[in-house]
Amino acid sequence: MTVSTAARTAQDLAAAAKDVLGVSRLTNHALTTWLHGLPGVDQVGCEARAASLGTRSIKTSAKAWAIDTAIGMIDLTTLEGSDTVGKVRSLCAKALVPDPLDPTTPRPAAVCVYGDMVATAKEALADSGIHVAAVATAFPSGRASVPVKLLDTRDAVKAGADEIDMVIDRGAFLSGDYLTVFNQIAEVKQACGDAHLKVIMETGELVTYDNVRRASYLSMLAGGDFIKTSTGKVSPAATLPVTLVMLEAVRDWRELTGVQVGVKPAGGIRTTKDAIKYLVMVNEIAGEDWLSPEWFRFGASSLLNDLLLQRQKLTTGAYSGPDYVTID
Amino acid sequence: MSRLDVRKTYKLYIGGKFTRSESGRSYAVQSASGEFLANASMGSRKDVRDAVVAARGALGGWAGATAYNRGQVLYRVAEVLEGRRAQFIDEVGAGEGLSARAAGVVVDAAVDRLVWYAGWTDKIAQVLGNLNPVAGPFFNVSAPEPTGVVGVLAPQRSSLLGLVSVVAPVIATGNTAVVVTSAARPLPAVTFGEVLATSDVPGGVVNLITAQTAEVAPWLAAHRDVNAIDLTGVAGADGIDWGALEVAAADNVKRVLRPALDAGGAPVEPDWSADPGLTRLRAFVETKTVWHPKGL
Repeated sequence: MTVSTAARTAQDLAAAAKDVLGVSRLTNHALTTWLHGLPGVDQVGCEARAASLGTRSIKTSAKAWAIDTAIGMIDLTTLEGSDTVGKVRSLCAKALVPDPLDPTTPRPAAVCVYGDMVATAKEALADSGIHVAAVATAFPSGRASVPVKLLDTRDAVKAGADEIDMVIDRGAFLSGDYLTVFNQIAEVKQACGDAHLKVIMETGELVTYDNVRRASYLSMLAGGDFIKTSTGKVSPAATLPVTLVMLEAVRDWRELTGVQVGVKPAGGIRTTKDAIKYLVMVNEIAGEDWLSPEWFRFGASSLLNDLLLQRQKLTTGAYSGPDYVTID
Repeated sequence: MSRLDVRKTYKLYIGGKFTRSESGRSYAVQSASGEFLANASMGSRKDVRDAVVAARGALGGWAGATAYNRGQVLYRVAEVLEGRRAQFIDEVGAGEGLSARAAGVVVDAAVDRLVWYAGWTDKIAQVLGNLNPVAGPFFNVSAPEPTGVVGVLAPQRSSLLGLVSVVAPVIATGNTAVVVTSAARPLPAVTFGEVLATSDVPGGVVNLITAQTAEVAPWLAAHRDVNAIDLTGVAGADGIDWGALEVAAADNVKRVLRPALDAGGAPVEPDWSADPGLTRLRAFVETKTVWHPKGL
């Protein structure tokens, strides 16, 4: 399967998009026709399917596997105005040794911070193999001019970010200006160079599942390596039905173009039970190919603690408590 | 035409809410003479887990409330309990095989016990605390603080007076409690939950789980987020090894209140009508000592 991690220019992406759409010129009209030609989402059916997948019972050895897999998929996140260098360092220390009581605990996939903290995180994580992800493009609102967004991205990449989490211009998307959204994503992708690009759609602001589907396709068309639900700053954040729509989109996108794109639900996933529901859904909707940190991530902070408590329960046989994990 | 009976299946009381057991199980509760009384939820280890989370969540607010306020709340519990006197007399009488008169004495004693502990909330610090003489220009103050989340195995025989006598001292000093009720006589505990829910006790401060003691007690004893355990209810419970519970409790250095023992070393249920003394209040507090520089 081809992987679109390589650096791509905005021109390449526009050319590839023209091929997918089968048009000679990439106009807003062409994008609108294509996106609005996608089948609509059956809201009731989608929610019922998500709810029914959430009832699967995952126990004992399967649960142990799910917990370790979920820990390995976490983008350990701190995105607060009050973030300090010390807080980022302690978060990185936690990523390196999630559970000091049990060295067999897997490490999370990445640490996700604001752009100005990338250098700090990079230094703390050194060559551990844990990625540093940076939010960019005027996160979380995305309300800045394109040059500012690109500079924000280049800054983070220059500081050593392995992954960039960008936000789309929801205002442009909701007013039907898909070409602007496309161009911005493509230009940010170009600015990323070799860094992975995650495209945050902020599904809580997109209102309908149809919009989520359209935004997913638009993000993939414009070169996103991952599609991500939310910034975590808007409620509702990640939900099961929204993630279901996105998983269907990446599955169908691979059928259509041969390119595999990852999915990252973020925000509001706090318990092991929730995480396992997502894993079940990944397996059932997108397929086993997506069950790895390369293709599926959780954007979360408190989720890790709950996973660690459950892991301790499985290893020791006794219920654990918040005294046995770090406060973050 | 005769009226249909309302068949009851009572629920657990966890986090201020009346919930069914996570396991979906229930069991029939019989009177002392063997007649069917009602169904009760049969709590599981996961109900214990949920109750501990609720108790931990409630601890900050309850331990942080003023002692005076806790006293008022406990007094209010006594008031509401007395308001349900007739119901408690029926339930205690049926469950423990007592005459209405004898059951009335037990219910009154339970009310009095609550009032007694209500009075202790803002006095215990004077008795257990101290201003220590030290060789330096410091005030050195020791004061009792709550231990935290306390697991309570409530007595098996005395279903109301015994229950009140083990729960009240735990919460009087600011702890929160996860209580496993009498297995065979759970109905007064269920009604006591309704009393707590309507008497200003914040949700989660007392959690009542009707269950088979031997099934859930090991989970409570081993739970690492529980700070202390009261083993009173092992006396007369089937298939339970209280030594093993104490060993499990040692894993996170819980405080353990051992059961009373008879001459042969077997656990027995104490006489609840006796003066309770301070043993139970003292069992679940930690002494904090503070040095403070003395001014002029």
